Amino acid sequence: MKISDTKRLERLHDRYMNGGLDRRAFLGLTAAAAASVGLSMPWMGRALAAVTEVRFDGWGGTVQDAIDKYAFQPYTKKTGIKVVQGTFGDEDEIITKIKTSKPGDFQVIHSSGVNYYIKYVNAGMTSEINEANIPNLANVLQPMIEPFRKLTPKLSAVPYDYGTTGIAYNTTVITPDEAKEKGVGLLFDKKYAGKIGGYSDMTTRVWYAALATGQDPNDIKDMDAVWAKVREQRDLAKKYWSSGAELMDLLSKGEIVVTDAWSGRVASLQDQGHPIGYLDPKGSYAWMEDMLILKGSPMAECEELVNFMLDPATSIAVAEGQSYPPSLDPTKVKLTEKIEKLPAFDPTGSMKALTFADPKYWADNEDAWTKQWNRIAKGA
Amino acid sequence: MTKGWTLYDPRLAWMLVAPVLLLLIFFLVLPIAVMMVYTFFTFVTAGVEQATLTLANWHEFFTDSYYHGFLLKTLRVGAMTALICGVLGYFPAYFIWATTFKHKWLLLLLLIVPFWISFTIRTFSWINILGEQGVINVALLKLGLIHEPLPMLYTEGAVILGLLHFLLPYMILNVYVSLESIDRTLISAARSMGCTSAQAFREVTLPLSLPGLAAGLLLCFVLAAGSYVTPLLLGSGRDALFGNLIYDTIMGELNWPMGATLSIVLFVVLGFFAAVYTRYMGMSQIVKGLGG
Repeated sequence: MKISDTKRLERLHDRYMNGGLDRRAFLGLTAAAAASVGLSMPWMGRALAAVTEVRFDGWGGTVQDAIDKYAFQPYTKKTGIKVVQGTFGDEDEIITKIKTSKPGDFQVIHSSGVNYYIKYVNAGMTSEINEANIPNLANVLQPMIEPFRKLTPKLSAVPYDYGTTGIAYNTTVITPDEAKEKGVGLLFDKKYAGKIGGYSDMTTRVWYAALATGQDPNDIKDMDAVWAKVREQRDLAKKYWSSGAELMDLLSKGEIVVTDAWSGRVASLQDQGHPIGYLDPKGSYAWMEDMLILKGSPMAECEELVNFMLDPATSIAVAEGQSYPPSLDPTKVKLTEKIEKLPAFDPTGSMKALTFADPKYWADNEDAWTKQWNRIAKGA
Repeated sequence: MTKGWTLYDPRLAWMLVAPVLLLLIFFLVLPIAVMMVYTFFTFVTAGVEQATLTLANWHEFFTDSYYHGFLLKTLRVGAMTALICGVLGYFPAYFIWATTFKHKWLLLLLLIVPFWISFTIRTFSWINILGEQGVINVALLKLGLIHEPLPMLYTEGAVILGLLHFLLPYMILNVYVSLESIDRTLISAARSMGCTSAQAFREVTLPLSLPGLAAGLLLCFVLAAGSYVTPLLLGSGRDALFGNLIYDTIMGELNWPMGATLSIVLFVVLGFFAAVYTRYMGMSQIVKGLGG
């Protein structure tokens, strides 16, 4: 089992402090370490150079700000390993970049759950995590881990948070009662033509069109009806947004009054005092996000980082900061009141109240549906 | 070492041009060749392709009117943008050339100041101008001239405006360089032979500045037709250009073979216009315009 230098020293120190190592042995090991450093040749330093930084790519905005503040900065302070960060607005964009780079250039990705996990697996980009190096994985919700394990028995990713893509609306224009009454229909309401938005993403568009046509998004029988509904909404929509920042901008500036939206971003807008309401209609699109370690990454350091991020104190602070519930099992870890009030939070830990996309079903249709959606979005 | 060499020895010319030639081969010709090869690869699923050669991508392009429609639309938007740039850009260029202002360099500097700000930020700035809560709509609403905000953002007009903002300096610089190369004694001669100012402009200045105008038109057309950021930020889905199709195919569908096919198509089409220009006008004018 390969562990990082920081972890090794921590364990050594723990053993000494817990009485599992006598003072003489502890000093002996320390002296041996010092000798190995002192006797090493100049070329050995380069050959055995410790990893000094880990690369992370995420969604930017308030979500990444929270991760940086509550996870990365304390991690760097503790280990001295810097987390170099990049952002993307669309995960396909980062997959393209990974494809054109060499293994190791990109290391940890804040990925969009199982649907995207399949893409990384198909492209041969996944690694094999040594779960023994991530003891905090024991606190993670099993229903969130299982779908990943079905695809790769040896995990390459660890679930980190979840949320829903529900309906956000401007409360100065649409009352909560109207929103509740109309539900999914609000996204297709001609009354708000030219003031409707939506995520420029095939899965979200097809999901809500399926709900609007009374179909199960995980078992669509009449695809023509779904595409007709997608077109109908396209003609009513002002703009399909392509990043969380753009969503927040459109809603806060009043360019749109109703849109499907990420629960956490809406919570951030509400925290900022904007008059935005949020509704999870029946069958609302639930999703999870994970920390994916790519092939070619320094595994020990990446595993250590992920373990640090899953530490209950860190994970809770990040969850509160980004307004998405953490992947921690609420039956094992005491979560805060703020988290329990977040949209999409499942207090049972069974995740049965949320409707996730069936990864196999959606993966089978992904290519054809994405192509069709791209065409419809452009007026076809 | 130079024994046997003459001053204009072809071997010396080749040696001098070799570094640039190698750069062009490795960073332009080879990548395009690789993309050309990719157009014959087989798409398996998102992010995965096989080196099994096929004509499927080309067949799809030639038989699918969706692509043809967008190609024509892109050429139309590119041509409109270039023409508006020509009309709007000629007058500032003429003014800078004709002015007797002592610090003419300041005017030229003002022309390139926008380049100091990121292109994306400059494009984003239009959202705050054209949006429903943007400067124009808020001012008109406050003045009582309108009761509902005007739908200006996320339209083809907004896209063309964004492109004009980006491309106008290229046009002005090209025309200015062309005007600068005119021998001013020709205009004096025309005036001394009885031409009015307007006649001198029409008969001497304008014809002699046409190569610069044409170079500006070509540059603006090629850059507008190849753009994708401006339509993405300022347009709706319907206002997408061919570059957005390429982006979506490569980045969204992760279909590199088809994306490469569309890229080669755009390259060939825009290359055709550049070739036609070179045939009749020569490339030297563009080089002069870009070089200042």
